Amino acid sequence: MDALALARWQFAATTVYHFLFVPITIGTGFLVAGLQTAWYRTGNEKYLKATKFFGKLFLINFAMGVVTGIVQEFQFGMNWSNYSRFVGDIFGAPLAMEGLLAFFLESTFLGMWIFGWDRLPKKLHLASIWLAATGTVLSAYFILAANAWMQHPVGYTMNAEKGRAELTSIIEVLTQKTALATFTHTITLAAFTAGAFMAGVSGWLLAKKRHEEVLKPTLKLGLVTVLVSFLLVGISGDWSARVMTEQQPMKMAAAEALYNTESGAPFSLLTIGTLDGSKSIFQIGVPKFLSFMSTGDFNGTVEGINDLQAKYEEQYGPGNYKPNIPMAYWGFRLMIGFGAIAFLFALMTLFRLRKGSVPTGKWFVPAMVWMPLLPLLANSFGWIFTETARQPWTVFGLAKTADGVSPQVGAGALWITLIGYVALYGVLAAIEVKLMLRAIKLGPDDQIHYNEPTEIGGSSDKPLAMSY
Amino acid sequence: MTLQTVWFLLIAVLWIGYFILEGFDFGVGMLLKQVSSNEADRRAVLTTLGPLWDGNEVWLLVAGGATFAAFPEWYATLFSGFYLPLFLILVGLIVRGVALEYRSKYGKAQWRQRWDIAIVISSAIPALLWGVAFSNIVKGVPIEEVNGHLEYTGGFFNLLNPYALLGGVVTLTVFLTHGAIFLSLKTAGEIRNKARALVTRYGLVAAVAAVAYLIWTIALLPEKKTIVLILSALVAIFWLAALGMNLKGREGWAFIFSSLAIVSFVSDLFNALYPRVMPSSVSKAFDLTITNASSTDYTLKTMTVVALIMTPIVLIYQGWTYWVFRKRVSADQISHPERGVLDGDKLPL
Repeated sequence: MDALALARWQFAATTVYHFLFVPITIGTGFLVAGLQTAWYRTGNEKYLKATKFFGKLFLINFAMGVVTGIVQEFQFGMNWSNYSRFVGDIFGAPLAMEGLLAFFLESTFLGMWIFGWDRLPKKLHLASIWLAATGTVLSAYFILAANAWMQHPVGYTMNAEKGRAELTSIIEVLTQKTALATFTHTITLAAFTAGAFMAGVSGWLLAKKRHEEVLKPTLKLGLVTVLVSFLLVGISGDWSARVMTEQQPMKMAAAEALYNTESGAPFSLLTIGTLDGSKSIFQIGVPKFLSFMSTGDFNGTVEGINDLQAKYEEQYGPGNYKPNIPMAYWGFRLMIGFGAIAFLFALMTLFRLRKGSVPTGKWFVPAMVWMPLLPLLANSFGWIFTETARQPWTVFGLAKTADGVSPQVGAGALWITLIGYVALYGVLAAIEVKLMLRAIKLGPDDQIHYNEPTEIGGSSDKPLAMSY
Repeated sequence: MTLQTVWFLLIAVLWIGYFILEGFDFGVGMLLKQVSSNEADRRAVLTTLGPLWDGNEVWLLVAGGATFAAFPEWYATLFSGFYLPLFLILVGLIVRGVALEYRSKYGKAQWRQRWDIAIVISSAIPALLWGVAFSNIVKGVPIEEVNGHLEYTGGFFNLLNPYALLGGVVTLTVFLTHGAIFLSLKTAGEIRNKARALVTRYGLVAAVAAVAYLIWTIALLPEKKTIVLILSALVAIFWLAALGMNLKGREGWAFIFSSLAIVSFVSDLFNALYPRVMPSSVSKAFDLTITNASSTDYTLKTMTVVALIMTPIVLIYQGWTYWVFRKRVSADQISHPERGVLDGDKLPL
């Protein structure tokens, strides 16, 4: 493999891995904050137990999100120095804002929350988890605004002499609809992921008749979160699809393996194309649905891959402007499919729960085991789809991926870091899963002691509520 | 003052903040085994970092992000140029973060011992390599124009020169000392006494290394700068004051002085650089400077507004956490030090 391919593999591997932890962090942060608020309002100890239990799982996950996030921040400069030079004037700003507005908030107040049970008054302690959760959302917003700029550059001008894009309106970059649609989609999928996680964990323990008092409410909370957020994921996904059709029609065409421009185009349920990816040989679909999804009109025109290729050649010069079509096609479907299965499991469980009983059927335990995993798969395929189907561009229409790679970093150095990250991340994944499973198996604590401290800072002779 | 100078200054401030804050984190991590004699000690030592380390590390992320935003050419050339050392630093930071979070979750002795070793090593690697990296920046490295960009052309081994390695020894020993001072301030009992004794030991080694390093730095400079001489003298004065205060048992003052020594030290290096950000050892024509590496005025202005609003707010709330967690931590406060939260009482170990 050459340096370019290695740098791409590294980016894909580290980013997909990082994003396994991110949505759980964002969503669970809010769910835990909600549980703690319920305890604060009602004084009912079951909510405190639930807060502590899911807080523990949240923190095991959070640690991984933090450390793998560091790599993301430096990877642009390390492996993609020419990309960094090209976009730095624009792309750096949201990254720096993410640090200043989001990372500080998130890490500082999460530290307060973890170690503050016996150091902060109840109210301030509760505020700290809400602030930390807010930090995670802000972080998502800024990094997605940066990513949206790669999908659809706005608020810039080209400086030919310096060979780079330069910022002319930060407001446009931060408020363009691509950013808002992606942000909404990501935040709702984070809620979906976290809801499925909470429901799966609760359901699995409930199937063993454990901690019913604590976990029945969290099962419900998780399931309702899944149902509501699934709708919102769908709505924001539909919005994203329209924005995408308008801004990156090739991506939509690839997602549908639609080779030739059609009016009233069908949504493909299964398309098999030729190996060189130039046309389809077999197709089953829902009539006119693709046109509706991408334009809002059943008879709307959707541009096809071959026509777009011809158009781009005219516009940008000779070259291959087609992404990897099977990957886009299947990535898109697996994203929706895995999400839909999790939704279905949630629906089935909630249906039974309506009558007050936890399901007992044979399907229930496997469904609860799969439920937290399905959104992770859906999220990963979603990112794989949206990033690979932008190719050959890093910044759509402006800069190609092949031109962004660091010229001074050879394949040898890239092999070292790629193998290094994969090995390290592999070991850490095994450790994380082991800890997570153990924490889940233990379940919520039966006894929880809470004493509100009399002053901020607590006491230096009492045993610590939390220690490393 | 031009906007470029403002951002050069702000980035210097971010690195100063990072080295003061994560400097003691690294120090405490490296000292973990030396200052503790049992499990309760070790947990007390790590708990002093518990609520703070993650927020401290953000200073690095913001320094990186600010460099990307304000001086993209610097960010690109530096990070792709110092590739493998940076990779090692990242591996260190990853392992360290996970080790701190996970090590006490289980009680098993072997589990904890392994993580303890990981904490010591993963704290030492960045502590050493940051010094190596910064020294190379100050000294100048082979940078040439390649396809219209100023690129680092020196390779890996070029970075391991005597001056840079001495710089690594300086940051390593300074952070060890600074961490020991922090521990003496934040712990009670045996740990505190051990830490105080280590301050003098490592502090003197750091003093010798730093004096040699600063003289070498002054000798390397292409032009004479009075401010560099003054700051170098201040480093020495503050450092000796820190060691003296430690001997007198004034731990708070010792920490303030060691922090001031770090402030002077990092300012010294940035003053030696200014207006360059990455001088070339090949030719002055290839120096990366605050002018040829910078973003546009519009971007710098935008970021200045954000920084002016956010930095004071961040300083206030981060400062407040230090106040919330101001109490000393003692080993007696750790109940059941051998048990981790994931041991439970029902499941076998």
